[in-house]
Amino acid sequence: MDTRHKDDDAVSLRTAKAALPLYLTRIKVYPRAVRGLWRRVKWAALILLLGIYYLVPWLRWDRGPGVPDQAILIDLDGRRGWFFDVVIWPQEIYFVTGLLILAAFGLFFATSLFGRVWCGFACPQTVWTDLFMLVERLIEGDRNERMRLDKAPISFGKAARKGLKHAAWLVIAAATGGAWIFYYVDAPTTLVSIFRGTASLEVYFFIGLLTATTYLLAGWAREQVCTYMCPWPRFQAAMLDEQSVIVTYQKWRGEQRGKHKAGQGWEGRGDCVDCNLCVAVCPTGIDIRDGQQTECIGCGLCIDACNQTMVKVGRPQDLIRWDTLANQQAKEQGARGVEWTPLRPRTLLYAALLAVVSAVILVAFFLRTDTELTVQRDRSPNIVRLSNGDVRNSYTVKILNKTQAEVRFELAVEKLPGVTLGFLAPEVEGAGAGTRMTVRPDSVGTFRVFLTVAAGTAPRGSRPIEFIVRDTAGRQRAAHASVFVGPAP
Amino acid sequence: MPTKIEKDAVSGQDTTGHEWDGVKELNTPLPTWWVYTFYACIVFALVYCVLYPSWPSLRGHTEGLLGHTNRADLARSLEAQTKSRAAFVDRIRTTSLADIRKDTGLFNFALAGGRSAFQTNCIQCHGAGGAGSVGYPNLADDKWLWGGEIGQIHTTIQHGIRNANEKSRQGLMPRFGADELLTAAQVAAVTDHVLSLSGRAKPTPEGAKVFQEQCLACHQADGKGNQELGAPNLTDGIWLYGGDRDSLYRTIFYARNGSMPAWGERLDEATLKMLALYVHSLGGGR
Repeated sequence: MDTRHKDDDAVSLRTAKAALPLYLTRIKVYPRAVRGLWRRVKWAALILLLGIYYLVPWLRWDRGPGVPDQAILIDLDGRRGWFFDVVIWPQEIYFVTGLLILAAFGLFFATSLFGRVWCGFACPQTVWTDLFMLVERLIEGDRNERMRLDKAPISFGKAARKGLKHAAWLVIAAATGGAWIFYYVDAPTTLVSIFRGTASLEVYFFIGLLTATTYLLAGWAREQVCTYMCPWPRFQAAMLDEQSVIVTYQKWRGEQRGKHKAGQGWEGRGDCVDCNLCVAVCPTGIDIRDGQQTECIGCGLCIDACNQTMVKVGRPQDLIRWDTLANQQAKEQGARGVEWTPLRPRTLLYAALLAVVSAVILVAFFLRTDTELTVQRDRSPNIVRLSNGDVRNSYTVKILNKTQAEVRFELAVEKLPGVTLGFLAPEVEGAGAGTRMTVRPDSVGTFRVFLTVAAGTAPRGSRPIEFIVRDTAGRQRAAHASVFVGPAP
Repeated sequence: MPTKIEKDAVSGQDTTGHEWDGVKELNTPLPTWWVYTFYACIVFALVYCVLYPSWPSLRGHTEGLLGHTNRADLARSLEAQTKSRAAFVDRIRTTSLADIRKDTGLFNFALAGGRSAFQTNCIQCHGAGGAGSVGYPNLADDKWLWGGEIGQIHTTIQHGIRNANEKSRQGLMPRFGADELLTAAQVAAVTDHVLSLSGRAKPTPEGAKVFQEQCLACHQADGKGNQELGAPNLTDGIWLYGGDRDSLYRTIFYARNGSMPAWGERLDEATLKMLALYVHSLGGGR
């Protein structure tokens, strides 16, 4: 059967919608399989990205006994983020914020250089849709077979194929949801408990949720996510300019388009033979020859499709190609074309922002300490008068030991002469100067501390003081400012 | 019945066949997903009515097949909580107060439990953190009417002060002025004497005489008090009802005699122990 002929019927959604009334339901897109460079790049990106997604939770990292051995683990119950040898505590969530800001600027930067390269190659929606379309093609066949199958009345064969397809989709979707869960729990033990039915309700809920979203978004919604749901296409126009490299149809070379019979000459006409292959392979159902459109995700599959045809008809390749709008406009007007200038104020600005944010994150990361101290002064009672007139304040001192070893600390109070330290904790050895407080690895030690000052030397009103913890070698590990409140002046 | 269902030329939609003065109504049915969600809600409601309490009757309501009540839910979750704490609570019940303090884990559990019980039962009078107020002792300082050792605190909490409990702390200060045991002048004199004990007035022979005759039995000759009787130390800087001359005069004239419930009648043994440990930890425990 001549599939080339069938694709002649392909029309872009824009054309189809223009002919339709005000209200219309979705026109289903049946993308045709295509081979070529960009298809191979997309397969490579798919294998790489899905490989990272599915395999990373299974990486092991030996951190010693009593702590998780999962290389990357966001332990919500234990309130720790484990990234190889880095342990993130909840109050350091700003590192995640920094990474998200970095990701946003990275996206802006890539978009100003290469248009919607993220959308076309790396976006999860694109990657999973590609995977789901592959499954669909293997089970139901290519574009024309799928169209025929959908038009055919229900039969055993049709039901079997459709059922098989949806079953395969659901399996992939469940694996996707499962992999998501493994970033938050220990992967090997949870995998076993999932199948034994002993995993927690949260685990089943989130697997179910992500199974449903993956199945619906990649199986059913597809290009509608990009066209209607995703905010990114709406404001990507602010990052793009005429110097961004995007998928372009070389109108000056292609027009006048028209059918071409073997043996005919090419004078007085364009190279486009109107085979409609570029429309048939488009995953969002548009015609690139209509120019720039919000629906275009920049995946480059129409380039592969057009090159197939150009080779067949013996014309130069790249009638549809990655190029800048500036270059195409110049050529359309008969000029020699415009050089691509990747270094423009816009790209330099995004690059500078990337560098600044990266520097801030790195500096913050290398300045982070392995010990933190927080001090909370009791306000009820605000001050305690002892029977001999001495004044006492009480404090809750928390020492955060972020190392993986037990540490013994000494606590000292400065800027308050004549102070006596009192403790209430069995794990504190000794009293007063040289008191040792032991804090277990990767945990917070909480201590009640009483500061007492003799009646004569007690400050009037509030006086700033400083708590300092030192390790047994005498090195200062952390400090925290607080106040000591004496009787009202 | 509408008879002429035709397509609208502009929108391409079916009309309902209704026509008013030449205006035809478009047929815009509810979206299918919406309709099925609506049906699902109806089914849900019917099933709910059968399984759960739903319809009111003249007396009460229908019970539902599952016999579910929120009160039973609460009872169950309270039971589960008690169960989850049972191991610790049992150990607290069977371990002496001194030994609990040596066991870090158990001590921390007791402090947390004591704090919780304190916030429910004690802060109404003693304030958050045991700060106290006039008439209600500060539990964070080092002055104790009935003793600040852990066992003494436990006894005070268990049996209370000046209440109907058999073992309650008892100790009565007479209403020296109101019951005309002393004249107003004598009360004034002894007030000055009490002030002199903390160096805030000059001692007078008259005041000293009254103190010797009336106060010494409980407050001792040196005014340092007697914790067996709940008689406070009069020589230090802490005054439960105010240490100024006027407040002291009133205290001697009318007496005070504050009371505290016997918490042993309301709380279980483990809670009493946790409370004692918590109060002892507030800063004043001996």
